[in-house]
Amino acid sequence: MSRHANDRSAIAALVRPTEVHRDIYIDEDVFQLEMKHLFANCWVFVGHDSQTPNKGDYFTTEIGTQPVIMVRHSDDEIYVLHNRCPHKGTKIAIDRAGNTGKFFRCPYHAWSFKTNGCLLAIPLRKGYKDTGLEESESVKGMAPVGAVKNYRGFVFARLAPEGVSFEDFFGSSLSSIDNMVDRSPAGRLEVAGPPLRYMHRCNWKMLVENQTDTCHPMVAHESSAGTAIKLWEEMEKPEGTKKPMAMEVIAPFMSSYEFFENMGIRTWPNGHGHTGVHHSIHSDYSAIPGYFEQMCEAYGEDRAREILGENRHNTVYFPNIMIKGPIQQLRLFKPISANKTLVESYIYRLVDAPDMLLQRTAMYNRLINAPTSMVGHDDLEMYERAQEGLHSDGLEWVNVQRLYQPGESFEQEAIENGTTERQMRNQFDAWTKYMTMTMDEAAR
Amino acid sequence: MSAPSKDDLIDFIYEEARMLDDGRFDEWLDLWTPHGIYWMPLEYDQQDENLVTSLLHEDFFMIKLRVERFKGERTFSQKPKTRCHHVIQRPFVDRLDVDAGEFVTHTAFHYVETRLDDQTLLAANARHDLVLVDGKLKIKRKRVDLLNSDAAFGNIQMFL
Ligand code: FES
Ligand SMILES: [Fe+2]
Repeated sequence: MSRHANDRSAIAALVRPTEVHRDIYIDEDVFQLEMKHLFANCWVFVGHDSQTPNKGDYFTTEIGTQPVIMVRHSDDEIYVLHNRCPHKGTKIAIDRAGNTGKFFRCPYHAWSFKTNGCLLAIPLRKGYKDTGLEESESVKGMAPVGAVKNYRGFVFARLAPEGVSFEDFFGSSLSSIDNMVDRSPAGRLEVAGPPLRYMHRCNWKMLVENQTDTCHPMVAHESSAGTAIKLWEEMEKPEGTKKPMAMEVIAPFMSSYEFFENMGIRTWPNGHGHTGVHHSIHSDYSAIPGYFEQMCEAYGEDRAREILGENRHNTVYFPNIMIKGPIQQLRLFKPISANKTLVESYIYRLVDAPDMLLQRTAMYNRLINAPTSMVGHDDLEMYERAQEGLHSDGLEWVNVQRLYQPGESFEQEAIENGTTERQMRNQFDAWTKYMTMTMDEAAR
Repeated sequence: MSAPSKDDLIDFIYEEARMLDDGRFDEWLDLWTPHGIYWMPLEYDQQDENLVTSLLHEDFFMIKLRVERFKGERTFSQKPKTRCHHVIQRPFVDRLDVDAGEFVTHTAFHYVETRLDDQTLLAANARHDLVLVDGKLKIKRKRVDLLNSDAAFGNIQMFL
């Protein structure tokens, strides 16, 4: 018997204003309900359109745990199709990326489909004559997801055919994507190489919460960032030696509580939010020669300053991505099971900007997000300890109370002290909303 | 050592692996030139080391940082400590140019990392670019290509 049935009030009861029930992290039934409801009702990140630049280019991924294909059709539109043959279910594409030409062909019985999913041909079609194939679902071809939106290159999809619109779901939070894209003098980003893939034996939400957890870096990362600072200071070097790029990237992880308090956190409705309202751990990077000039030329000096003056640190787009505008990076937290999550960390090139920017981006990615990265080791150790610790029957609730204000509402955008856990509460508010949106009350 | 022989190069590679397995990191650091680069690509046959991501691309400062971190009091992911084990094939000596002072080896090996109840086995190839510094062989560059570099790993905490 399932501990958590498809029941609106039972699910809602797992979230309280200042704490959440541990089953949200460890219970497999809750996880299945997340896949069925939460990931179907939200707008979920699929990929970047530069991953499929040409007609017929495709890219395979998952929305929640559903396999999908993102593909560029002959009309240049991006389609997102369920990666499942309508005949017997075979996955159509297995490669992580490729070009399929004008059509997909199932490797099992050779049914073929246009790149928008429509059924193109079935071998020996006359075998279906007078069988009523036209009435079947299979004849429609590969099923598209409910809705797709390409926002400045970032492709999002909603699995459910009906629901909240893209604009209503994201609202003003799109300003973080805007800022990341505007940092390119051409106003365009391109994916640079494959993502780092990092397997985490913990619940996906722990990772998302950690993106706006500003009370852990100076503690958990003392081993990596703290040691780096110590080593650098001990080193014999001529007066005025410039900090190497790696030090510029890693040292700010040891910033003080005060630094993080003052940097601020902004929350938007529907679970989105970001750290780094006033400054961030990316603010003090050295200027890259020639870049500012290019930006001024493209946008005019005032606008260029405005774009580069935004130093948002981590922007969480509910439910499962985080982007870093100033470093052109996107992290996707792919749920696999209640206690398993695949993290994919992508980097982007700012089209027309100097290569040195991309070099820093690539460096940031491997220093912080690789399975071989010291900073990543610090974090993963904590998640896995939490995933194990939550099995203790000693306590059932997880505390997210820091800087809570009674009667808190997430309907409006707000800016708070940078060490608040308000953004985590915001995510749980959205979690309840999208989990229960399509659930019924249990018949009692 | 004025002109290292083929055996000298091969012994060097074996000794390096043994130092890592024994946790003799300070000795191991001594094997590097101050401008040494340790690289683990992410992609099969990756050529670009700067403008796409790698698993690891570190200079001597960062390599030293890793060693320092292992020893740290508050290195929680090293409580308890990871242990590693290399099984290496006899290295190929791909280049032995005494006049140019350039020595290149290719080594196929299996690497095991273990901590608590977990044990990870990785298969890899290493290319070492060695040079003579004050008559001693030193690593100028080490490139490690994991057979499954594009797979999703958990923590890989030690040096391969
Ligand atoms: S399963 Fe795809 S054609 Fe039969
Ligand atoms: Fe962290």
